[in-house]
Amino acid sequence: MSLPVPAAQTLAQKLIARAAGVASVQPGEIVTCKVDMAMFHDSSGPRRLKPMLDALGAQIWDKSRVVLVLDHYVPERDDESRKIVRIARDWARAQDLPHVYDSQGICHVVVAQQGHIRPGMFCVGGDSHSPTGGAFGAYMFGIGSTEMLGVMVTGDIWLRVPRTLRMQWDGRLAPGVCAKDMMLHMIARFGMNGGQYQAVEFCGAAVRALAMNERMTLSNMSAELGAQAGLIAPDATTLAWLVAQAAQAQNSEQKVAPAQVERARAAMKSIADLSHWQTDAASLDSPDCLTHRFDASTLAPVVAAPHSPANAQAVSVFAGTVIDVAYIGACTGAKLDDLRAAAHVLRGRRVASSVRLMVAPASLRDQEAAREEGVLQILQDAGAQLFPTACGACAGYGDTLGDNTTVISSTARNFKGRMGSATAQVYLGSPYTVAASALHGKITDPRGELA
Amino acid sequence: MSALKPLAGQGARVWRLGADVDTDALAPGHTMKHGLDTIARHCLEQLRPDFAAGVRAGDVLVAGPNFGIGSSREQAASVLVTLGVAAVIAPSYSGLYFRNAFNVGLLLLTCPQAGVLQEGERIAFDARTGCITRGNGEPLTAEPIPDFLLAMAGAGGLLAQLQQSITSRKTT
Repeated sequence: MSLPVPAAQTLAQKLIARAAGVASVQPGEIVTCKVDMAMFHDSSGPRRLKPMLDALGAQIWDKSRVVLVLDHYVPERDDESRKIVRIARDWARAQDLPHVYDSQGICHVVVAQQGHIRPGMFCVGGDSHSPTGGAFGAYMFGIGSTEMLGVMVTGDIWLRVPRTLRMQWDGRLAPGVCAKDMMLHMIARFGMNGGQYQAVEFCGAAVRALAMNERMTLSNMSAELGAQAGLIAPDATTLAWLVAQAAQAQNSEQKVAPAQVERARAAMKSIADLSHWQTDAASLDSPDCLTHRFDASTLAPVVAAPHSPANAQAVSVFAGTVIDVAYIGACTGAKLDDLRAAAHVLRGRRVASSVRLMVAPASLRDQEAAREEGVLQILQDAGAQLFPTACGACAGYGDTLGDNTTVISSTARNFKGRMGSATAQVYLGSPYTVAASALHGKITDPRGELA
Repeated sequence: MSALKPLAGQGARVWRLGADVDTDALAPGHTMKHGLDTIARHCLEQLRPDFAAGVRAGDVLVAGPNFGIGSSREQAASVLVTLGVAAVIAPSYSGLYFRNAFNVGLLLLTCPQAGVLQEGERIAFDARTGCITRGNGEPLTAEPIPDFLLAMAGAGGLLAQLQQSITSRKTT
């Protein structure tokens, strides 16, 4: 008698099967999954959830699995923002939520830095850039507030098991070219709905060589690819990062450290599981698992023109376009590695007098690390103005950009009017490209500008 | 409790939009601090400035591929319910928008031939069968919608459904 051979599964299928409590799942099948962690922010969270929970007379299924981050409307700028933020703070206190991060940074970066996302988990977020969690080998996707209400009440969510689109990047990126360029290149090739709400898996030597912050940029902008999730198989880089973040918490934030150290220990225990959280070689031949191959070594910096991230071409196509504002911000484009990239270009130099360089670090922890390394000083010496570690101008909720300005930005989206004014022309580029363009007052290839 | 939502319509007037209509066009960022009544006044202000004031209950939106790309803000779907839009018909949607729409009780019909429908045309549709009938009688077919999503939209969305299930649990 022979034992049944387990069906070959992609990483996405394995993550979903575990959360659905079954041995394996097939693409197209609709399953119900248990949520390990649910994250929401001040805009999508309390102000929408509280009235609905009150109407139902229902309680949160498991507060230990809920993370609230205040990032969209902080710092408060007007009465409406103050009201939204007050609702969030009051509700967090009334509910006695154990995991609340107020004005610490942008949710996708903060939940990862605080150790709430680990390999093998199944998570949801009340924000479209929630696929960021996929960088840690977790299945994470964005949902709206009503669907989050369903999760709060039941702890479950339905899912149609996705096919897998593997984006295999071979070779090695050139200096001055980074994850943001890879992503804009893929979005231009496949379009903003090219992911067809399936699971994208980034793989290949160039992806394995990326630091966690860069991997997070890939997973983050899976949203702009129209994928449900953007996964990267966890490896030694993933675990080393989780442990380092926990150590940092222990050094600087004594109050929260023990909990995070516990979470890092849990991650260490999953070292033994790492070989499991990979796409099985046998599933690569399945019609439900497509592989697209790219050569990282030939990739030039990429810029997306107004008003779509899919409107992207090599930087040389737009070189010379005069800009007024250079913006380094957002979960996509202002993590520590993004700030380092900008400093790499700006060290010992000053931006053009016609340009306003705005820097809004993605989190307080990134900002403080950049300060300790001297990166922040390099940016400020170059003329950068520092803005709060929040979503800021990216979504047009906080600081907004003026009419008729031409902007180059390290953020994720350049829809018409997104950053506040319908007449603003927003170009997207990597932090290297944004910094190089700030130096010269016009869109510039950063490869000739590395200090 | 939300009213029951009709899953079919007749004489529905068509509003035509292009491809890649994003969530920021449906629910502009500058209105997101406010309630749905305010967001509704600015819905599609960049693409169809005549829409918010001119749309009537029972009208349908017909768009090109990739409707609803962008943000997770479900107000981009709720606002169409507020404005009385009976259904959206397009060849494809952002997956996140698709979930949000049914969660807030907005019907989305996925129809590869949506592009033939004309501005101002009067059509009939039935989300249960996927049948769309043009003003000239020409039939079009929309992809089938899973029963549990039709039930959710028919109940007026997930909140209404949860309310029903909690009420029935309390009374039995």
